[in-house]
Amino acid sequence: MAADNPLLALVTALASGRIRIVDLTQTLTPEFPQITLPPEFGQCWPFRIEEVSHYDERGPAWYWNNFSCGEHTGTHFDAPIHWISGRDLPNNSVDTIAVENFVAPACVIDCSGEAAADADFLLTVPFVEAWEAKHGRIPPKSWVLMRTDWSKRTDPAAYQNFDETGQHTPGPDADVVRFLVEERDVLGFGSEAIGTDAGQGYHLRPPYPCHSLMHGAGRYGLQCLSNLDQLPPTGAVLICPPLKIRKGSGSPLRVLAMVET
Amino acid sequence: MTMPFMRPPKKNPILRTRVPTLPPWTRSRVALGLTAAAAVGRFELQSCDDCGTVQYPPRESCHQCLSIALRWSPESGEGQLLSETRLHHSNDLFFRERLPWRLGLVQLASGPTLMVHLHGDVPAAPCAVRVGARLDRAGQAVLIAFPAEETPHMADDPQLREMTCDPRHRKVLVTDGKTAVGQALVRALAKAGADLVWVGEAEPWKKSPGLDALSDLPCVTRVPLDLTDERSVLQLAGELGGKVDILVNNAEVHRPFGISARRGTEAARAEMDVNYFGLLRLAQGFGPAMRARGADGQAGATAWVNLLSVYALSNFPPHGTYSASKAAALSAAQCLRAEMRAGGIRVVNVFPGPIDDEWNQTLPPPKLSAEGVASAIVRALRDGVEDVFPGDVAQEWFERWRESPKTLERELAQGGT
Amino acid sequence: MSRRDYHGIVVTTPVTVPYVRYSTHGPHRFLAQALDSLLQGSGLAKEAIDGLTVSSFSLAPDTAVGMTQHLGVSPRWLDHIPMGGASGVVALRRAARAVQSGDADVVACLAGDTNRVDSFRLMLGSFSQFAQDATYPYGSGGPNAMFAFITAHYMREFGATREDFGKLCVAQRANALRFPHAMFRKPLTLDEYLGARVIADPIHLFDCVMPCAGADAFLVMTEDRARAAGIPYARVLGAIERHNAFADDPIMFRGGWLLDRDDLYAQTGVGPDAMDFVQTYDDYPVIVMIQLEDLGFCEKGEAAAFVRRHTFTHDGSFPSNTSGGQLSAGQAGASGGFLGMVEAIRQLTGAAGERAVTDARFGLVSGFGMVTYDRCLCTGAVVLGAA
Repeated sequence: MAADNPLLALVTALASGRIRIVDLTQTLTPEFPQITLPPEFGQCWPFRIEEVSHYDERGPAWYWNNFSCGEHTGTHFDAPIHWISGRDLPNNSVDTIAVENFVAPACVIDCSGEAAADADFLLTVPFVEAWEAKHGRIPPKSWVLMRTDWSKRTDPAAYQNFDETGQHTPGPDADVVRFLVEERDVLGFGSEAIGTDAGQGYHLRPPYPCHSLMHGAGRYGLQCLSNLDQLPPTGAVLICPPLKIRKGSGSPLRVLAMVET
Repeated sequence: MTMPFMRPPKKNPILRTRVPTLPPWTRSRVALGLTAAAAVGRFELQSCDDCGTVQYPPRESCHQCLSIALRWSPESGEGQLLSETRLHHSNDLFFRERLPWRLGLVQLASGPTLMVHLHGDVPAAPCAVRVGARLDRAGQAVLIAFPAEETPHMADDPQLREMTCDPRHRKVLVTDGKTAVGQALVRALAKAGADLVWVGEAEPWKKSPGLDALSDLPCVTRVPLDLTDERSVLQLAGELGGKVDILVNNAEVHRPFGISARRGTEAARAEMDVNYFGLLRLAQGFGPAMRARGADGQAGATAWVNLLSVYALSNFPPHGTYSASKAAALSAAQCLRAEMRAGGIRVVNVFPGPIDDEWNQTLPPPKLSAEGVASAIVRALRDGVEDVFPGDVAQEWFERWRESPKTLERELAQGGT
Repeated sequence: MSRRDYHGIVVTTPVTVPYVRYSTHGPHRFLAQALDSLLQGSGLAKEAIDGLTVSSFSLAPDTAVGMTQHLGVSPRWLDHIPMGGASGVVALRRAARAVQSGDADVVACLAGDTNRVDSFRLMLGSFSQFAQDATYPYGSGGPNAMFAFITAHYMREFGATREDFGKLCVAQRANALRFPHAMFRKPLTLDEYLGARVIADPIHLFDCVMPCAGADAFLVMTEDRARAAGIPYARVLGAIERHNAFADDPIMFRGGWLLDRDDLYAQTGVGPDAMDFVQTYDDYPVIVMIQLEDLGFCEKGEAAAFVRRHTFTHDGSFPSNTSGGQLSAGQAGASGGFLGMVEAIRQLTGAAGERAVTDARFGLVSGFGMVTYDRCLCTGAVVLGAA
């Protein structure tokens, strides 16, 4: 019976522990850093929360908060409309993206050793080809997640990793983005760092290639992921629906991965 | 001779903290002219436009010629001490807790006889004295007679210390150590003898070499503080709120835009979030404990300093949203001043002209150095002044504003000069 | 034009509503008791009272006007006299003029105050606009501080010593021991005076009066009427008042008496030498000395020497404040301005009992009231003669 009914098979597998769910989401806190742009530009709001009432004179029997944040605060989803290259694409905002895309397989490329050695590490085509040699070709409509263990940097300063020349975090180079879009038809690119692009991505050609090229091709981004070390190189399935914000360029979200045990 | 004020012994943390009391606060409306002048560090008395008589106490008309053309005019304070007393009994709680208390009767060279608080270094009557106006713990102007010549440690006179907010041997929180002003403030406060300076640091991932350099000062401790984050403010208030004697809120966001030069309200909101709401969050976090500690020993909680801007008085359109946020902060600071009065905590508002920083890059000189702002703040604390206009630009704008707010508004609309 | 005399006007029926340290009752009660005592003492009916003066600090928001309704009287002449220590002299002077001119036949002059535990303190801060603005915020010492200035200055300028002040205080205490209503009933020695705790240097404890509750009163009428009714009386021989004199003196060392004393003695027909006793206003002993000078008993600056060569008990060489003065009898608010007046009437009508000044024919009563800022503003004096 279970074999005939894939959904039932899924819940049975979940119940039995054959499939487990890994939470890839950072907790939203005011301390979690947000993307930093030059101060003359507009800024993404950090996560802020204020108590509405706490079983007190402001509300005797209930506790709740108001919070505020930007669309790109905490673990968040980037829609193609986020970048100017994707602004005219159809279904390019979080409210219009086909919901089927919010459940998709993921390939996890482990760059943790390289990122530990070099904060400015750039993922390249040869690196991906080497990975494919080991784990097989990246299937179309897959997420490619760059594991760097960056999420283990719990000190916000180490996570942001600024010095006088700017930010130093790992990301993809321009060629590999082009490769993933054109040669592998990926669904999107996910990163543990604050952006899908490297900290020094401004200096690449084009600047910020992962934003520019991915979104220009209608693909998505996931940022500030965590727990990628708990995922297999292949075989995980992500569930990552963003909030349905009209014309939204992205949104904070809960990212879950289903993994076969 | 005044004994130098030595570092008070550490507080016994299990003893009850004395509840602050205030000297008599009520004044007639006409007497508030003295307070209005003292609040900006001036000593002014009523003088008659028609006959030139200088009179005190303040009245509604000239007691010589009955003219109502009275003007508050600067007074040199030179006078003669006619008589003195040392009170050993008082009908008021505030003074009762501070007896004995020295008082004098002074005749000013300009005529009137004044009852004054008497500095300890003034010799026996009769002698020459110099009278000044100061704000007392209740925030009202009082007169105090000083010796005609400076004496050593004059500022440490115990009665005078009840009218000032000297940072020496006090614990100070500077809310933003990342700005040049914040760093200059920390250095100035350390030099002024502050016991401890906590310096707030928001977004610690953004490096600040100037802030790193402050770590050389042994009295400085960096603390996480983000005025846009209620929890950050409340957490720090919970940890240090009961120790902060002087809070200097220098955190600000400043973007040089008017209304039309920048679409949307994101930048304006960021300004309001720090400049206005940040002040509110700080006040809710740190206000209650400070208010309760206004009489906590010889160097208890004493002052709350807000770094505003002279643009708070009248909008400077090229920096229009910043001006508006500072006007909001000024209004909130007035509310805070009223609320902090019960604890005898002085709220000092600082109205600098343009500071020589990145956001005033395109404004022509003169511009204030960060050190200039910092030393003006330390001076204001020592003098017990309530409204401070550091720098020539601020002084000039303040005078223009006093003369005619509407004229200044028009001038600023034309570009400022 | 010289001032008219007070011929044919008399003052009668000195009454005291016994002083108590504190009272929870309103001042209206003490004033009513005072009026009741006046009627009982004089035998007059309430309806006979057609003139009224009222002096009280604690009466606010009422004034003499409200008191008419409280007391159920309908005077055709009414005066509210909020002049503190000058109230008695001023009330008498004005009542005498009212009777003299026919505006009233019998004037009841009342003074009284209550004293709640906190009322002295509360009164100080709101005593005057100048007190609120320019003295109370300076240590809140009340009149002690200002009189400390005046005393210290006077001592420095004129060489008076604490022993001189003490001599006055000790003599007054001796007088008080023979006055049944006095609050202080224990003898005072000069050593005790000198050793008392300092209040506001150079003012010490026994230089200060004790606030209390109580009332004093007297009647003013024509001599004919008093004689017809068989009411003992003293004659009003002269009376002066002056306000805010010597405003340009940077610190008080003289009072308004100096401006008017020649008129006073001209009305009286005799000079200061003829006085058998004086009742000075004694809120602080320095003020007693200033009155002795300004009323012509000695030259300015000579009071200390005067004090050294005289004695001040009722049987002394210069009987003074024969009921103990406020320093020993207590200060029942505005009643303090009546204390000397009722005592003078008692002395001149043979009602002073064991403290009587022998063969007293002339007595002087001086008033001094209202420190609104740095000095007392109201001064006045009355000379009374025995019938």
